[in-house]
This record gives sequence, C-alpha cells and structure tokens, in this order.
Amino acid sequence: MSTETKEKQLLRGGQFLVKQVDCEEIFTLEDLNEEQQMMRESTKEFVDRELWAHWERFENKDYAYTEETMRKAGELGLLSVAIPEAYGGMGMGFVSTMLVCDYISGATGSFSTAFGAHTGIGTMPITLYGSEEQKQKYVPKLASGEWFGAYCLTEPGAGSDANSGKTKAVLSEDGKHYLISGQKMWISNAGFCNLFIVFARIGDDKNITGFIVENDPSNGISLGDEEKKLGIHSSSTRQVFFNETKVPVENMLSERGNGFKIAMNALNVGRIKLAAACLEAQRRVINEATKYANERVQFKTPIINFGAIKAKIADMATNAYVDEAASYRAAKDIEDRIAIRVAEGNTHQEAELKGVEEYAIECSILKVAVSEHVQQTTDEGIQIFGGMGFSADTPMESAWRDARIARIYEGTNEINRMLAVGMLVKKAMKGHVDLLGPATAVGEELMGIPSFDTPDYSALFAEEKDLVKRLKKVFLMVAGSAVQKFGPQLEEHQQLLMAASDILIQVYLAESAILRTEKNAKRFGEEAQATQIAMSKLYLYRAVDIIAQRGKEAIVSFSEGDEQKMMLMGLKRFTKYANQPNVVALRTQIAERVAADGGYTFDA
Amino acid sequence: MKILVCISNVPDTTSKINFTEGDTKFDTNGVQFVINPNDEFGLTRAMWFKEKQGATVHVATVGGAQTEPTIRKALAIGADEAIRINAEPTDGFFVARQLAEVAKNGGYDLIIAGRESIDYNGGMVPGIIATLLDMNFVNTCVSLEIEGTDAKAVREIDGGNETIATSLPLVIGGQKGLVEESDLRIPNMRGIMMARKKALHVVEATDAPTMTADVKFEKPAAKGPVKLVDAGNIDELISLLHNEAKAI
Ligand SMILES: Cc1cc2nc3c(=O)[nH]c(=O)nc-3n(C[C@H](O)[C@H](O)[C@H](O)COP(=O)(O)OP(=O)(O)OC[C@H]3O[C@@H](n4cnc5c(N)ncnc54)[C@H](O)[C@@H]3O)c2cc1C
Repeated sequence: MSTETKEKQLLRGGQFLVKQVDCEEIFTLEDLNEEQQMMRESTKEFVDRELWAHWERFENKDYAYTEETMRKAGELGLLSVAIPEAYGGMGMGFVSTMLVCDYISGATGSFSTAFGAHTGIGTMPITLYGSEEQKQKYVPKLASGEWFGAYCLTEPGAGSDANSGKTKAVLSEDGKHYLISGQKMWISNAGFCNLFIVFARIGDDKNITGFIVENDPSNGISLGDEEKKLGIHSSSTRQVFFNETKVPVENMLSERGNGFKIAMNALNVGRIKLAAACLEAQRRVINEATKYANERVQFKTPIINFGAIKAKIADMATNAYVDEAASYRAAKDIEDRIAIRVAEGNTHQEAELKGVEEYAIECSILKVAVSEHVQQTTDEGIQIFGGMGFSADTPMESAWRDARIARIYEGTNEINRMLAVGMLVKKAMKGHVDLLGPATAVGEELMGIPSFDTPDYSALFAEEKDLVKRLKKVFLMVAGSAVQKFGPQLEEHQQLLMAASDILIQVYLAESAILRTEKNAKRFGEEAQATQIAMSKLYLYRAVDIIAQRGKEAIVSFSEGDEQKMMLMGLKRFTKYANQPNVVALRTQIAERVAADGGYTFDA
Repeated sequence: MKILVCISNVPDTTSKINFTEGDTKFDTNGVQFVINPNDEFGLTRAMWFKEKQGATVHVATVGGAQTEPTIRKALAIGADEAIRINAEPTDGFFVARQLAEVAKNGGYDLIIAGRESIDYNGGMVPGIIATLLDMNFVNTCVSLEIEGTDAKAVREIDGGNETIATSLPLVIGGQKGLVEESDLRIPNMRGIMMARKKALHVVEATDAPTMTADVKFEKPAAKGPVKLVDAGNIDELISLLHNEAKAI
C-alpha cells in the first residue's frame, strides 16, 4: 500500500479544483483486490439473506429485528472492519470500510441508519478521540456488536446550530463525576443502545464537551417514545433525557471544550459513509425498475422500449456510476493520506483524524450529491412502476421514503453546501490550497483574447477533459470574485454560496467519472467501456448545464456593467462544447445496455 | 479425520448462458463464478466435522489461476488448506483422475464431492474417484455421520431414502440435506482476512486422457408467449394441450 502511495501525487483536500489528476492516480471500484471482493460478496449475501428477505419487517416497525440483524452483522465482523486490531477490529483500510458501508445499505434505510449510527458516529468518537483506557474498555464491545452506540448531539433547540446545545455537565462536589442534564432529540439507536456519546456544556464554555455515557435507566436516563417517521421505519429514533446522570470524570472525551470539534470530525467520516450508504440503494432501485420495465407490457410492448422510460433508466444508472467514481476516489485518497501520516510517525488515531479532516470538503460534496441522486433515482423508480410504484407492496415506495432522510441528517444539505465552499475558502486563506494564483490567472484570461483554434479532440475524452478544466475556471471565477467583493461577509450571501457549491459538486463528480472510465478504458479497452464512456459523457453534459445556470445566477447577483459582461462571456466560453454530444443517443445506448443486463452491472 | 472436499468452480445460477466458437465453448465473459452448490453443502458438513470432531479439512479444485477466488472463499469459510491442480478441467474422467491423485498423496479418510456440478451436470466425478482409489462410495448423500471409522450415510433414492452403514475411507457425492441452505456460511470478515495466510498449494496435473469432446451446445428453445383461452372454449384448450404443448 505504502509503495503505491509514494508514487502517486496525492492531492490535498480541495486541490482537485486547481490540479489536473492523471487517471492512473485515482482509485476505482474496479481496483478492489480479491479480499475486498470477497468482503463485498459476504456483505451482499448477508443483505440478501437477513435484510432483503425480511424487507416487510423493517417496514412494519419491527425494531427488535433491526437489533437482531445488527447483532448478526456483528457476528460476521461487519461492525468492526474499520476498528484497529488492538481493539478487537479488523484494522482494514478506509476503502474496505466504505465498501461494507456501501453494500450493506441497499435493502432498507432502517438497517443502514442503525449501522451508520453505530459504526460511524456511535463508535468513531471513541476510536478517534478516546484515551487508551476508554478505547480498551468500550471499543471491543462496540466492534463485536455486544454493545451498540448512539450519538447525542441534536437537541430541540440545537439542530444545524449544533454548538448551541443547552445540555449541561456539572462537576460533582467531590470532583469525581459530571452530572449531565438535558434533552437530546432524534437520537438514532436510542431504543437499544448500551452507550451514548453525549455532548454537553460545562459552565459557560464557548464550546461543548463530549462524554461517553453508559446507558443505565437507574442513572437518570429516560427515553421518549419512538418517533413516527416518514421513512426508515425500523430505525429506532427517540428523545433521550438526562437528569443529573452521573458520568465519571474519566469518561470525558478528549478535553473540555473539544466537543464541537469531535462532533464535526465524527460527522466528516459520517458524511462520506452516508454517501456510500446511498450507493447500493440506487443499484437496487435500478435493478428492480429495470426488471419491472422489462416485464411490464403496455400498448403491447414492454415499457422499457419507450424512450421516456429509457431516459430515466439511463439517468439513474449514470448517477450511480458517477457517485461510485467520486466516492471511491475520495475514499482511497483518505486511505492514502492516513498511510502517509502513519509513515511520518503519527499514531493511527492521529493519522485517521487528520486524513479524514483533510478531505472534509470532498466528504461534504459527496454527502450532498449522492443523497440527492438517490432521491432522484428512487423517485423515478416509483414513476417507472407507475401506480404499482405508489403501492406499499412494492419496494419503490419505501425506498423513496427511506432515501429522504439522507438529505437531512449528518448536517443538512444546505449546511453541507455552505461548508464545502466555506472550508475551501478557508483553506485558500491559510495557504493550504492555492486558489488565489489560479483565480488570478482566470481573471487575466478573461481580459485576454480567446484562442479561436479548435484543439485536437480526437483522443478519448480529450474534449471532455478540456471542458472539465474550464468548468473549474468557472468556479475560480465566481468564487474568486465573490471573495474579493465580500471578504468575510461572503458567509451572508447564502444563495451565492449555494450556487458556487453546486458548481464545485458538479466539477468533482463529472471529473471523477471521466477519470474512472479513462483508467478502465486503458485497461479493458474502449469497446468494453462503451457504456461507461457514454455515462461519463452524459453526466458531464448535465454538469455543464447546471454549472452554466448556477454560474449565471451567481455572477449576476454580485456584478454589474462591464465586469458582469466579461464574466458572462467567460462563463459561455468555459461551458462551450466544440462538438455537442447527442445525449438522446447516449441515453438510449446506456438504457439498452442496462435493459439487456437486467439491471445495474457496472460495479461488478 | 482428514477430509478432502472437492470443489468445482461453476457459474453463478443467475448467469446468462452463451456459447462461442461455433457453440462448442461456454462463454465466460461477464460470468461470475461460485462454489458449486452441491460442493458447498459438503464443505459446510465438513466444517461441522472440523468443529465438532476435530477433523482437518482440505479443499481441492482442478482449474487455472482464475479459480483461486473460489477456493479462497472455501478457506475463508474455514477450510485449513487448499490445493489447486493447475489444469483446465476437460471431462469427468480427467477431473476425477486429478483429484484421485491428490487424494491418494494426502491420505484422506473422507472425500466429499458434489453429486454433480451445476454447470455440466456430469455426475461422474465422485464415482470415478472412489473407483480409482478403491474406496467405499455413497452417491446422492443427504446425511452423513461418522464415529471412529464407522460411517452412517443416508442416500436419496427414487421416492425415499436409504440408510447405509459403511466405513472409512469413504467417498461421497453430496447434495442438499447434508446441511440445509440456512446452514450455509457467509465468510466472516476475520475468516476472509485469515484466508490470506492459509496455504494454497498449486500442483501440476497428472497425465490423464481426455476421453470426450464437446461437439455442440444447444440452449432450450425460448418459451413462447402465454396463451389465454376463454373459459368457455374447452375444445381449444384441449387442442392446444394436445397439439402444441403435447401434454395430453
Ligand atoms: C431520523 C433522524 C435521525 C437522526 N439521528 C440523529 C442522531 O443519531 N444523533 C443526532 O445528534 N442527531 C440526529 N438527527 C438530527 C439531525 O442531524 C438534525 O435533524 C439535522 O442536523 C437538522 O437539524 P434540525 O432538524 O434541527 O433542523 P434545523 O437546523 O432547524 O433546519 C431546518 C432547515 O433550515 C436550514 N438551516 C438551518 N440553519 C441554516 C443556516 N445557517 N443557513 C441556511 N439554512 C439553514 C436547514 O438546512 C433546514 O433546511 C436525526 C434526525 C432524524 C430526522
């Protein structure tokens, strides 16, 4: 692993905007080793046998079944993939962790939420920030599934504004305990967990503090009823009340006042894993929808033969393919960054923390993009099923409801959009990523005379890669001028931030898809990758449209006169195709392959 | 007790079946390979002998390097060692001859093969192994218990079961019933990690004649569309059943 790491230029988080990456430098699903493929097979077998086969139980609020299957997942080692061997885990890399998270999550959002809340935000704060004693005491139990964890950050008055919680922690007179009192809301796994990660404020501290709290009803801990929810029906979600709950001082996580940081870093990991958790859900919906469309006959023909249906299938497959490309690309970057840190002498704990933090921008990008794609895909899944899609007897309806939560938890998509741009600007200010140089260069380019030569676009993706390069310039132009104009007040211009963020997201996804396909075309031949080439082109086309629209909205919002004209001209130039792709033909090609395969086979 | 489980690397049951080279070769393009289901029942029973009676379990397959993921899965499930006989399996005799050679050298007490592989369904391999090694043989075996060197095996026969008392060394052709589907094991994460450290021996093939060649494969004719017959029209139904379906 480390030799590979050394050879490739590993971009820093956010640097994809200003650096060109060679396709050989990104990791793709096609790079899984034999062991990872076996892990994936095991995970899929587990899902088919234990989850998919009992799908109605999850719909019928069978909370006990969620717990039972979580325990079975523990027996198979699926809860401990990411946990170091010293604490009873498998000590596997970040890609393997993502892989399990991905393939375990397709059948029902109830299980994937329970899984994510336990292995992610319920366990990671201890593995990332716990003391040696804390890790020895709690992590092995969480790794095996003997114990389950939950994460208590949100309160009735503190949702997106997570640092504003009112839960208090007061030091006892003998100095041995903190007494925690307060109300936490929307706590996943609350109904069956053995341990809570609780964030509370000590005195009038500016920042909250994290604690490990064992679940003991006799210690002032009580639960609200199960929330009645739109989806994820068998995921336990309850309020948790702490009433002078005695927590030994040694159960403080990290240091006093460090809680907000812990909360945010746990969420960084949670976000990229949530993206992974929305991949298999897309594949399953595509598989079901394709099967249905192949079989459902109207006007004497299977509905798959209708162009309107083909377009949907093509877009659905394209979303999933692109999401895979971006998610696994980022996962491997994180894994490599961790390896580099370890090689430099960091402890595994520090390395992992810094590794994920480095790619917080990508984590936010992925969370937003993939959660929105799964929403579109499940929505079209219902549409393809027609009236049957609206029926609770088919899996489309629940898939659609279950997908909805992904846009809300682990930081809403609005918060994550703002974070993505905000963090990038901060990184630029700190000099971690040089945006200023490239942004200035774009500014100069705008003033100069554009070249009218048509470059040689004959090689695979030559035009597409050139276009991606130009799309990056759109972001640099928009964000660069906005920062110049507003300085720190940029934060207050949310609509502008949302637009900039959409540009950022589309650039990362479109580029990842192209690099994935280019790498595979080199290995497996262009013919074998014909559909993947079509999907990469289709996605880029859609990305260009979004970027042109959002770019325009942004530019007009803060500029006028000649400056505006110049930027709009630049936008046009940066989003221009020399050869317009025929997206109707692309969609037909993609859909026909998916129909012939009977579903999504691009992850095989 | 030393057990050898013979494992065939077969296409997943959901694979699309196509042929190449003038319908003489199976097209492996895009096909996923798995442990032959009959062999997996046997392997799972072998794991039971390992855990309850301290048996040692080896697995063997005849195939090229591309079959290694399949036998490594057997290692991940819990087999102790794996042997790959480096040759393309041509026909039943060839395969049985290779496995018999490995079995002879390994001194196994029990050899478990599947009743048949689900790709070519030859159903000959366990019988030929038993003959070549001069061992006892129970085919279509649905239950197996062993005490010392005594074996009690149940064989599925037309319309019922036959219980056989026999002794080791023994070859069985196993199938579902040895264990049930719900007993089949999903390789756990630790097993998968351990598999990497277990021995996978690659041995060269023994000379053996290939006695048959595939001349042509044919797929069953595609099913026509469903015909709906009006409830009152019994004559047409009878005519269709007689002339088209040839069912009556
Ligand atoms: C099923 C479920 C499970 C959950 N599990 C957990 C859990 O296990 N642990 C836990 O701690 N929490 C959990 N949560 C809570 C979840 O993280 C919060 O619901 C989420 O962070 C949003 O907070 P909120 O609901 O208070 O919405 P609010 O923060 O009130 O947001 C309402 C709307 O306003 C927008 N908004 C808020 N602030 C801004 C801003 N500054 N700028 C622009 N727009 C803004 C939001 O994007 C959103 O659209 C869960 C929630 C649900 C529904």
